[in-house]
Amino acid sequence: MAKTPHRGGIDRRPNPWLVSLGALAIVAFFGFPYALMFVTSLKTRLEVTDIPPVYFPAQPQFSNYITVWASSVNPASALVSTTVIAVGATLLVLLIATPAAYYVARFRFPGRLVFLLLVLITQMLQPTVLAVGLFQQFKGWEGYAVWAALILINAAFNLSFAIWIMQAFFAGVPKEIDEAALIDGLGRLQTMFRISLPLVWPGIVTAIVFVFVNTWNEYAAALILVQQTNLQPLTVAMPRFLGLYIQDWQYLFTVALIAIVPVIVLFALIEKRLIGGLTAGSVK
Amino acid sequence: MSTTDTLPRAAKPRPTAQALRRQEALRALPWVTPTLALIVGVVLFPAGLMVYTSFFKYNNKGIRKSDEPVGLDNYIGPAGALTFPGVPIDRILLNTVLWVVVVVLFTVLLSLLIAQFLNKPFRGRKLLRLFIILPWACSVVMTATVFRYGLQENVGLFNRLLVDTGILEQSRAWTKDPTSAFWIAVFVAIYVSLPFTTYTILAGLQAVPTDVLEAAHVDGASVPQRYWHIVLPLLRPAIAVAALINIINVFNSLPILRLLQETPGYHTGHITTTLMYEYQRALGPGVSSALSVLNFLFCLVIIAIYLAVVQPTKEVA
Repeated sequence: MAKTPHRGGIDRRPNPWLVSLGALAIVAFFGFPYALMFVTSLKTRLEVTDIPPVYFPAQPQFSNYITVWASSVNPASALVSTTVIAVGATLLVLLIATPAAYYVARFRFPGRLVFLLLVLITQMLQPTVLAVGLFQQFKGWEGYAVWAALILINAAFNLSFAIWIMQAFFAGVPKEIDEAALIDGLGRLQTMFRISLPLVWPGIVTAIVFVFVNTWNEYAAALILVQQTNLQPLTVAMPRFLGLYIQDWQYLFTVALIAIVPVIVLFALIEKRLIGGLTAGSVK
Repeated sequence: MSTTDTLPRAAKPRPTAQALRRQEALRALPWVTPTLALIVGVVLFPAGLMVYTSFFKYNNKGIRKSDEPVGLDNYIGPAGALTFPGVPIDRILLNTVLWVVVVVLFTVLLSLLIAQFLNKPFRGRKLLRLFIILPWACSVVMTATVFRYGLQENVGLFNRLLVDTGILEQSRAWTKDPTSAFWIAVFVAIYVSLPFTTYTILAGLQAVPTDVLEAAHVDGASVPQRYWHIVLPLLRPAIAVAALINIINVFNSLPILRLLQETPGYHTGHITTTLMYEYQRALGPGVSSALSVLNFLFCLVIIAIYLAVVQPTKEVA
């Protein structure tokens, strides 16, 4: 045999040609819409509506990434709005879901099953389906209060996933560690903060990412609740680039690409933890 | 808890079981009350409000016509959610089932393939994993918008690419025809569901112990045999969870179909969720709420069927 036999084990080294082919396919498949976004973001206002369309701009308009901030849609205020809502909802979920997940994972108590069932039902209800009800409940929240409304809504609808993921993590930490801390005189709250939380950090990171990304990109609730244009988050503000007479596709995609950056950075920071986090959440 | 108490307790009278239970419930309250408050106030209350709304008549400006409840009129009356003249409701119900089944099935199958590949050790794998996050990181609204732009008949670059490569003879207005727009939307829905699903399955793959695979290899099991008999059963929980979350998300997905369907009115490319928004605009909150309620029940039925067929409860619970 020309090939050296590997001693009984599975050859884990993949064929480099197949790897290159697979990598190329993935880059092409997951990249092509965003490539179109990027190319379009560098065109002039005239080029984006050329008939027939041109593949590449005659002169890449990198200045779009500067001038877009001065456009009438005012993406800066939309960015502020999105950031406030996403950060607010994430913090609120952490504050509320962590103790609940901890307690449910650690202690049996009457009503525990009912509580878990309620959490599951929330997972099934989404702002899209409840739009009419949400509108009726929150229509009086005007001005900056609409941000508070969106923070509450996003937190509430992401709560179940966060509790579920974190609960699985807390359940994975041996109970004896907690009991030892309790015997040593730590209160329940202190035990959670100082003993359990550091051990379930990956689970918390996973929950943070989910809530943050979901809120960052939330659309339905923001669409029905935010009437004032200067308070709209990005998802609702961006389509305003497409007016009746002027269609600024180049600006629309410029902002869309800028909005991806914080999310990708977040993912890059926690990529390893994320996979671990999903394991504990889904596989036990 | 009380077992850690070192003080002698025999002297005190033993509390009754009922008192103990009450005490345990009270002790849990501070930990779970904020969650309960948020769920009741922001999810259950609007849900109740919506059910209530569905029993009254409104005009399309959202003003209630009379304070008399109208029973099931908004559901199955002459202009109810299921019976409004001109609405191809059978087709829309079929679309909804198709939408959920096709999108979730293909998402899971493709994700299995991609995750298997990304689980192999090779250089640049980390970067590639970040790359597949793109449709997750970009808002669904924007991803759907770029597809809509690229598929325009006159200005769309995807159309030009299809014509230039000879795949199409002439550019098509993909999003102006209800049926082709529906299938484009199915594609985009699969596309945006892939990152989460792939990551979940990837997480499941990392939990597959290599020594078991080695042992099977030594015993002469081929690659497909190892995959079918060892990897797939171990992936079951991850797949079950990913599929369940996808069913819920896909069912409730609004922006994809709304942006990619450029035909106005009650056409044959709707699903119940988009029809709800059509009703909201044309008929007001009464009929729209009625359809929302039915929509939620419909979603429950689909999940129940899924649970009955796949039986992932052991793993999920």
